[in-house]
Amino acid sequence: MTEPKYGAEEATGLWVFLEQQDGVLESVSVELLGKARQLADQSKQAVTAVVTGYEIGHLAAPATAFGADQVLLAEHRLLREYTTAPHAAVMTQIIMDRKPDILLLGATANGRDLAGRLAVRLRTGLTADCTDLSLDKDGLLVGQVTGFGRGILAGILCPRHRPQMATVRPGVFPRPAGDEVRQARIQRVEIRLSEDDAPVKVIRHATARGGDITAAERLVIGGRGVHGDFDTLRELAALINAEVGASRVAVDEGWVDREAMIGQTGYVTRPKLAIVCGVSGAMQFTVGIQDAETVIAINSDPEAPIFDAADYCVVDDVSQVLPSLIEAIRRERGNGGG
Amino acid sequence: MDSVRGLHTIVCLKVVPKSEEVTINPETRTLDRSQARSEINAPDLNTLEAALEQKRAHGGRVSLLSMGPPLFERYLRLGLAMGADDAYLMSDRAFGGADTLATSCALAAGIRAIGGFDLILCGEESSDGATGQVPPGIAEWLDVPQITYATHIQTLPRKRLVRGRRELRGGYEVVEAPLPCVVSIKLGANEPRFLDFDRWDWAMEEAPVTVWTAAGLGLDEELMGQPGSPTIVASVDVAPSAERRREFIGGTPEEEAEQLLQTIRSWIRPS
Repeated sequence: MTEPKYGAEEATGLWVFLEQQDGVLESVSVELLGKARQLADQSKQAVTAVVTGYEIGHLAAPATAFGADQVLLAEHRLLREYTTAPHAAVMTQIIMDRKPDILLLGATANGRDLAGRLAVRLRTGLTADCTDLSLDKDGLLVGQVTGFGRGILAGILCPRHRPQMATVRPGVFPRPAGDEVRQARIQRVEIRLSEDDAPVKVIRHATARGGDITAAERLVIGGRGVHGDFDTLRELAALINAEVGASRVAVDEGWVDREAMIGQTGYVTRPKLAIVCGVSGAMQFTVGIQDAETVIAINSDPEAPIFDAADYCVVDDVSQVLPSLIEAIRRERGNGGG
Repeated sequence: MDSVRGLHTIVCLKVVPKSEEVTINPETRTLDRSQARSEINAPDLNTLEAALEQKRAHGGRVSLLSMGPPLFERYLRLGLAMGADDAYLMSDRAFGGADTLATSCALAAGIRAIGGFDLILCGEESSDGATGQVPPGIAEWLDVPQITYATHIQTLPRKRLVRGRRELRGGYEVVEAPLPCVVSIKLGANEPRFLDFDRWDWAMEEAPVTVWTAAGLGLDEELMGQPGSPTIVASVDVAPSAERRREFIGGTPEEEAEQLLQTIRSWIRPS
């Protein structure tokens, strides 16, 4: 057996790594705080939020409001932008000093980047991309994961190694209501870092123009059958306050940025409403919308597999239906209907 | 490591069952892979393509490394036919049932045994495991930097640097790391080349594929496979499938639009 760095008998507390970019918390971090609060209440443990970065003191307030009993602030110039090594070094230092029982991180690109590195350094188990978390009768963390196109669900345990680590996808847990009255112990952590601890440099960083399709409640998605006419999709999206997404084909054709790509090679979304236009609906695409509450599909091919993944199906030409839908919405709002 | 000789890239390659051919036995609630054919994990083909592009640009060689049963050798030979120079297969029952800690530990040992590497490239994640945790794990065992989820890489061998473009939610970034470095490549990052039929006979017959056991690599079996894995699978269940309504709406485009509006009205109220 790989020897644990510390054992279950020494370990205590439920920790959440709060990911932030430019001083704004990632939505998944807030969702994780809500879930951690729920698990901690059930097991009579404390929730600790760890925030790393530079000039991030203002994040102690939301961390407290969303459920933390203790907030650890690790601030250093070398933590301003996310790179693996200094974050892994700081997290290792804090964890080995305090020995948490559980450590949760968001399954974002950077969350997974850090978790994978940290789990090996700490010689512990990591359950990646959980779709649910619970505690078993012995108080062990059960990470639920899916496999093979979500055909199976497995429950994963880490019985002897600590911390029990898990990453969770954005949108799995609801965003908790903030409680402004909550109090927490805020503690600044002394950081030891030098330039040698940061071998990787961020030399360019660009923020896309578009919105965040992973957090969107409404999506208008276009594929091959849109024939390059994303303007009509954008018009509908603007009207109903939606973001625009695309299939791989539409991105490969250069009709939209890669940032909008949905599916296995792109983003997995969980909107309340997805209007899918001219997408044939291969499995590689539908994994990106299978968590949508309601799916509307418009496609001229009645045999298109997208209709198996849709709640409401319209067999017609996108270029005919969408202008009519836009017109109908405008007409209704013009009549004071909205 | 001699930059005059170009770049030595090691590509970690996984063979996975075709996911659409894996079924679930409803009685035993286990995966039935027996009817599923195998294939090279899709992002690993993008990874091999990225490695071959670096070789074309800077010279050097590309080694393939995989872990699995002896039948994986033929997939490594496909990689050799695409343009890789040599291949290594870690094949031992002791490696079986490994989680990401034990898997990354074993692969790091294989990489050390190949030796003399500048760049280690891995696919972003496997289609069957889908954790994405092995590349950072390998980087940690080897104590080298990592760049994960790269859509484009550029090596600067004289400066001993690699640059990677990472797509992040809400944008992208370009990072620069010193060699040697582990880079994981996104699925769809490039267009993998076809097999080179001029290489076919060599790849299938003559090309060197070295097979290693755990003992051959001097590995402690207690750190490998299931014994070396901190996590255990406590339960397996068939996932409830999200059934869609599949309700068809018909008529003229205007009539369809009107019915759609009725359907979506509650979601689209202007806020």
